[in-house]
Amino acid sequence: MSLRIIVLLAVLTGTIGSPRPEADSADMKAHPNSVPETAEKTKSFVQEVLVVEKAEENVMATGELNVNHYPARRAAQVVQHYLNTRYGSPYRLLQVDKVHRGNAEDVADSGRKYKLEISVMDFISNITDKCSAEILFPRGEQQRSPQVQALCEEPLKINTKAQEEALYQQYKMNSSLLSAQYLPDSYGHIEPDMKPFWHLSIVAASFIMLNESSEDTLYNVAQVANITQLATENDQLKFDCHVLLHEMVSQEIIHWKLLFTWSPPDGVKVLQMEQLPHRHEGEKPPNTN
Amino acid sequence: METKTITVWILGLFQLILSSVLETSNSSFVESLESTQSYDYSKYHSMDEIYRWMQDVERGNPELVSSAVYGHTYEGRNITLLKLGLEDPEGREKKVIWVDCGIHAREWIAPAFCQWFVKEIVNSYKTNKKLEQMLQNLDVYVTPVINVDGYIFTWANDSTRLWRKSRSTPPAGSSCYGVDLNRNFNANWGMVGVSFDSCANNYGGKSPGSEPEAKAVMDFVGRMVNQTLCFLTIHSAGQLILMPYGHPEISAPNYDELVSVGEAAAVKMKKVHGMGYTVGTSPQILYPNTGSSRDWARLIGIPFSYTFELRDKGEFSHLLPEEQIQPACEEAYAGALSIITYVHEKTFNSSTLPNASVFRVAMMIWSTVMAVSLTTGVMM
Repeated sequence: MSLRIIVLLAVLTGTIGSPRPEADSADMKAHPNSVPETAEKTKSFVQEVLVVEKAEENVMATGELNVNHYPARRAAQVVQHYLNTRYGSPYRLLQVDKVHRGNAEDVADSGRKYKLEISVMDFISNITDKCSAEILFPRGEQQRSPQVQALCEEPLKINTKAQEEALYQQYKMNSSLLSAQYLPDSYGHIEPDMKPFWHLSIVAASFIMLNESSEDTLYNVAQVANITQLATENDQLKFDCHVLLHEMVSQEIIHWKLLFTWSPPDGVKVLQMEQLPHRHEGEKPPNTN
Repeated sequence: METKTITVWILGLFQLILSSVLETSNSSFVESLESTQSYDYSKYHSMDEIYRWMQDVERGNPELVSSAVYGHTYEGRNITLLKLGLEDPEGREKKVIWVDCGIHAREWIAPAFCQWFVKEIVNSYKTNKKLEQMLQNLDVYVTPVINVDGYIFTWANDSTRLWRKSRSTPPAGSSCYGVDLNRNFNANWGMVGVSFDSCANNYGGKSPGSEPEAKAVMDFVGRMVNQTLCFLTIHSAGQLILMPYGHPEISAPNYDELVSVGEAAAVKMKKVHGMGYTVGTSPQILYPNTGSSRDWARLIGIPFSYTFELRDKGEFSHLLPEEQIQPACEEAYAGALSIITYVHEKTFNSSTLPNASVFRVAMMIWSTVMAVSLTTGVMM
């Protein structure tokens, strides 16, 4: 009987209660080096401006660039836009895959020159290609477009001639003119038939993105709001297109209207481009309830 | 005889009422469980659907999930979180993991991920011993959508899809709505990468925490700061894991550890579908900026604070196709779990377990000795 009590008590003790472990919290509290919050709040506006300028200067790295950091990434994006203006088509669109090496230096009186070794990927075929490029971002009173020279190993590796010709013939012969909105739609969806025109609009927009780029921007096409085919008397297909560009650094959406032509032998030619004003919502917002 | 019949009738009626009450509460439990099983996590959901889903998840998993409304948006809507946690059998103080999604309205993959994250935990904790242990030690607070007004606005029509900010009314003299909530937090507010123009997409508001959505997070997390181990804020796009600080001149005290934990997460993420995620501070790999929630969290002392920028790298940007929701969420889950597991192991399993078992054995011996002496004493 007493043995049973002993066993019972032992078992009971074993299942109840154990010490409260001290959480290893010592190194989670404010480290002696961390900047206390209050110090930041008291900085004056003037000081803030100085800090901003100094920060930007620090960031203008010269010499060998870190391939993961943004200066190389932004310069590579400019090369992407350049390559798409030259090689892009309804069936070929390139995007930066990786920056392998990068170098930047100031060029007296003209600007800043970047030299990059990058890989680009055709996001339709998923084939990658290696390119070396030089980008000159001009300095001066006028904001001029960057100048790019690029050489890729096999830019036209995937033969898209047959598909392009078929698309061209289909829309040249068609009595009704193409019209499409919101490529992709809000859910990221694009009808398969419309994909070539989404690609074509991005190629045309690449001319704008190339022109508008600087060391302080990173452009992508966010959406094609509208693409409308126009009748022509010549052998080109002609389109009027409204694109929404996303500029990463400011996080702005910038609207552009474009008039461009395309044919398989001539590629994309932009006839007119016009930035649409930043839309301020003077009117009442749509009923969201 | 008659009183007996009446008693039987009353008892029978009572039993009938009781069983029907039980059945309805049981059926709403079953209904909630079923509806969360049939919820399509590979589709984008409207705010109404997300609110309903949160109710269903809570009702269907009462032992794991509870909810809380911790603030209201500018337009007066609930800011709701789900709290995932199990009772700690040892009754110790629970530590906190914070996950929020949808600070920026157009980044639809982020709320999709928060829902996925909850679903994964709910579906696997019963069969995953490690996860179960972590949920006994940690409470995981998940806010599927912080910027509810902005998110609803992006669903209004095709032209509103790319809205980023909140929906606060224009300040005097302006016609532009909204504040960039991720520039409104009290962390070097207004210094870098932010605009004072209310029409700009990175407008930081009129003062730190002036926006109710940001204030709600700061108040709620602020009350739990001593228990909070990890703060994850989910965004898109770019495939980046951003560490504090957004100010280029300030370094987090645990910078090296933040890098190694971030890199480990990126490795786990790449294993899932081959997608690369770059790890670094915002001024290194994206752009300098201040007033972000991630910076605020690190500044008040939460040791592990990261911004996840999910897919993609520019092909679709914020308009990520629905067929990519599942793979994007799978890799993000692997990354988030990697960081949460590290933080858990560092806090709970680094030095406590061996001591606990030694203590337990000592207690058992002591109480056995006491019991013996008592009983023999009694016997005598």
